[in-house]
Amino acid sequence: MVQVLDDLKETPSQTAGPYVHLGLAPAAAGVARPGRDLGFGGVPGGVPGPRIRVTGRVFDGMGAPVTDVLIEVWQADAGGFYPGQPGAAPGFAGWARVVPDFDTGLFALDTILPGAVPGPGGRLLAPHLSLWLVARGINTGLQTRMYFPDRDNAADPVLSLIEPPRRRRTLIATGADGAYRFDIHLQGDRETVFLDV
Amino acid sequence: MTLYQRDRSWHPPALTPDYKTSVARSPRLPLLSLEGTVSELTGPRFGHGDIAPGDADLIANHAKDGDPIGERIIVHGRVLDENRRPVPQTLIEIWQANAGGRYRHRKDGYLAPIDPNFGGCGRVLTDDQGHYAFRTVKPGAYPWRNGVNSWRPAHIHLSVFGHAFAQRLITQMYFEGDTLIARCPIVNAIPDPRAIAALIAPLDLNQAVPLDCLVYRFDIVLRGRRSTVFENRPEGN
Repeated sequence: MVQVLDDLKETPSQTAGPYVHLGLAPAAAGVARPGRDLGFGGVPGGVPGPRIRVTGRVFDGMGAPVTDVLIEVWQADAGGFYPGQPGAAPGFAGWARVVPDFDTGLFALDTILPGAVPGPGGRLLAPHLSLWLVARGINTGLQTRMYFPDRDNAADPVLSLIEPPRRRRTLIATGADGAYRFDIHLQGDRETVFLDV
Repeated sequence: MTLYQRDRSWHPPALTPDYKTSVARSPRLPLLSLEGTVSELTGPRFGHGDIAPGDADLIANHAKDGDPIGERIIVHGRVLDENRRPVPQTLIEIWQANAGGRYRHRKDGYLAPIDPNFGGCGRVLTDDQGHYAFRTVKPGAYPWRNGVNSWRPAHIHLSVFGHAFAQRLITQMYFEGDTLIARCPIVNAIPDPRAIAALIAPLDLNQAVPLDCLVYRFDIVLRGRRSTVFENRPEGN
């Protein structure tokens, strides 16, 4: 016999289902609620940093757009600080929700370009957005990242882990100068790299 | 600081063919394992300024000219992490169908009617000890296009933040004694019966409000946090 570890087990995940918007984005569901919807306020005018727009779509394994997805975004400010950290830009939430058009699946995110943040061993992580996707058919939320095509990604310690190297491009948006395109493929030839973090 | 690794044999796998939509929406390649970086170990914080007063009371928060129809219940519990530490001041968002199984969502076309006094969504922050409570009506079962005769058990969806983006969790709460639970392919996407049991809220009759409403208890466990004991990088705990 040995001593017993009394750690609890994490509550298991379940799909967010097709009506996730009712809870997380009621206006998109067609319901006006008391108070404001969280995550849709945009970046206040006084927050420093270049304004950017990211558009894209999420595709399933048959190439069909996932029109009922909900994406959350978590990112650093222009100086590379996350909200709550000393030095973070006041008024910047760092967090946003994205709901695509229910017919086309096209989404748009208006935010600022994040700065590089410290990574393992004191190396810098190239500027990136952290993304978390939930939808009908996704049993556990999928975590991934979006990097920028016009930043220096060569030394990023996360991208460099991805084998084969050609898959790294699934995490790098296209476009330039503040207008970026980022499509996510849940499955298939162009499958996006998803993370176990 | 870092997080306990997620036990992905405890959670449902991505591909669970009896839940048909998972077939084309599950990655075929393995996840890339990553030691947590600051991007995952930080996360958004919310306060009372973010939610309207009374948004934890679904019996009242969308009422127009009376109470919603249905079995009046309170759901309460605690949010803890795997170390048994309470998770205070964290945001829980909930959504559900009405007593007849109809969602207030533009895409739900089920023939059961909308309840004009019920919205089916609410928000609550845990207190300093990780407690939360909301009041609602018990949702009904509803049919869905999976098998020709598939019905979801009564359930409430919950979304929980924790304090790190990698603790983010969405799950569903089921009700003790519901005979549809064992028949549901979304429930059975979870391989371990002990993990399924963790999603079934027991009746908490001792907490019921006499002549008013019944109570269910549902505790939520988020990933545990740990200090790194030995590590070759200068980083505070």
